[in-house]
Amino acid sequence: MGINLLYPKYEVIRNFDRCIECRVCERQCANEVHSYDPELKRMVADESKCVDCQRCVALCPTRALKIVETDNTFKKNVNWKQQTIEEVYRQAESGGVLLSSMGNPQEYPVYWDKMLINASQVTNPSIDPLREPMETKVFLGKKPKNIELDEAGNVKTILEPQIELELPIMFSAMSYGSISENAHKALARAATKMGTCYNTGEGGLNKELYQYGEHTIVQVASGRFGVHPDYLMAGKAIEIKMGQGAKPGIGGHLPGRKIGEKVSQTRMIPQGSDAISPAPHHDIYSIEDLRQLIFSLKEATNYSKPVIVKIAAVHNVAAIASGIARSGADIIAIDGFRGGTGAAPTRIRDNVGIPIELALAAVDQRLREEKIRNDISIVVGGSIRSASDVVKAIALGADACYIGTAALLAIGCHLCRKCQTGKCNWGIATQREDLVKRLNPDIATKRLENLLTAWNHEIQEMMGGMGINSIEALKGNRLMLRGIGLSAKELEILQIKHAGE
Amino acid sequence: MKRVYVNEEWCLGCHLCEYECAFANSGETNIVKAFKRDRKPIPRLHVEDAENGIHFAVSCRQCEVPYCVLGCITGALSKDEKGIIHIDENKCIGCRTCMLMCPYGALTINNNKTVTKCELCTNNNQEPACVQNCPNNAIVFEERE
Repeated sequence: MGINLLYPKYEVIRNFDRCIECRVCERQCANEVHSYDPELKRMVADESKCVDCQRCVALCPTRALKIVETDNTFKKNVNWKQQTIEEVYRQAESGGVLLSSMGNPQEYPVYWDKMLINASQVTNPSIDPLREPMETKVFLGKKPKNIELDEAGNVKTILEPQIELELPIMFSAMSYGSISENAHKALARAATKMGTCYNTGEGGLNKELYQYGEHTIVQVASGRFGVHPDYLMAGKAIEIKMGQGAKPGIGGHLPGRKIGEKVSQTRMIPQGSDAISPAPHHDIYSIEDLRQLIFSLKEATNYSKPVIVKIAAVHNVAAIASGIARSGADIIAIDGFRGGTGAAPTRIRDNVGIPIELALAAVDQRLREEKIRNDISIVVGGSIRSASDVVKAIALGADACYIGTAALLAIGCHLCRKCQTGKCNWGIATQREDLVKRLNPDIATKRLENLLTAWNHEIQEMMGGMGINSIEALKGNRLMLRGIGLSAKELEILQIKHAGE
Repeated sequence: MKRVYVNEEWCLGCHLCEYECAFANSGETNIVKAFKRDRKPIPRLHVEDAENGIHFAVSCRQCEVPYCVLGCITGALSKDEKGIIHIDENKCIGCRTCMLMCPYGALTINNNKTVTKCELCTNNNQEPACVQNCPNNAIVFEERE
């Protein structure tokens, strides 16, 4: 259709002094950027197909390659940025909704980076985690208001089912379908080894992975894919997904070409058919309806599994959370607007929802004010990037964190944000067999274990610095945080003081 | 004995092992230099690529009963006390009898027209280069029953 107005975004820079024409780049690129020209006797590249996933760069044995952003520019305009103009071109070309994946990459404030953590000096001793015990174990679920004893002094109070975690970090929901079988396997094994949980997402659970059930959170989403009694019983907890941070208010769509034999069996839908998750749950229009689903699931599992309700962080999140706490849910999971996704409309991902830091502070505050904080545990996700983000989240009132993007990065993801194409060169967000096998779950499991081990060490170091030896004592301990460069309103919402106060 | 094994389930068919093998046995210290010579170094293993997406690297199996050694007419091939089969370039006349005898197609002709084969990198004093450099742990060096 006329002139192509889009100039390739990246340039493939090849150092021909180093290139030995081994053609690894060509074999490893699912986007078919590289090829060998026998007449020129050298490698050539079609950069218009390059997504900057860095696979070729990582595998080139002579480090002959680098991918750089093109410096070809349209005339500078602060209002009409190059990307904005290009998106108009793309839509004028296709007539379609723009699709993106992974988390919101736009320049919004990151509140984690505007909070600083306290440490002990002189009057209260810090603790060395290498020499003294340091507790990072957490229990998620309803906590009893009081303990009743019988005449003999035995505890009469029945404790609601809990999830026991060795560290306050879980892997967030990523469905089999959006990520590969090998990625799922690695998450399951690493969660089991580290004493935490991973989450099936809405794609059901492959029978082979039932063995990791004690460390699995099974999800029930609006599409109800793969939900059956064995599935519900297989997990440690059940999560009802009401919303997702990357795309609050809208559903999901896994294209039919990703529904191969195994995905079809797991999701319980025909091969090649599109898997469409509706935007709402068609049976939930109120907190009372949500309560019905929660208790249907509890009934189906003999009240043995805690039920999590996951929502996206949106404007009146505190009121919604209060309703969820009263609906009988054991845990609320809140997903911030930077949360990742395998595919979402760009406009939604980049413009809908609120930061998790503010949502968390508001929810914790509201639940405390209403004296129902102990009725429900809070799990937050949506761009937890490091151990310090975890510590800050817990000090703001979270019981535990979900990590998704960080886990994928650990197993090779380079955030090229092209998951929706299904051609992930790292074998993560793909169902193409030749690409899936690129992710050896043995290697990926080890890397995930390493990441969690490292973060747990760092959490312990930071806790020790504050003179705290149990994660419980850090929970909601906002005196341990100070804001930096924040307005009075922001500090008020976060309920923290400014640095220097 | 420890041998090189291939888990074809994880072999990507990237062929990096071939290049790393050739480099390790080239005597050069720099991989670029090794391949910028007039005659490129020859790898001692090769990757088979089938059309159905199966790939695996083939190298000498270090057989218990090595037909190549039995067939060698000059005594260039020999099996050492560890069970590794070595080639003595000075004795090899390039008759290729061993290549015909080998059930795996694991022997190759080198640039100097003598036969070359995998000696588990014992000749260059390291863990096998193919194993060390496989990006997906598809090639392993281990003891198996």
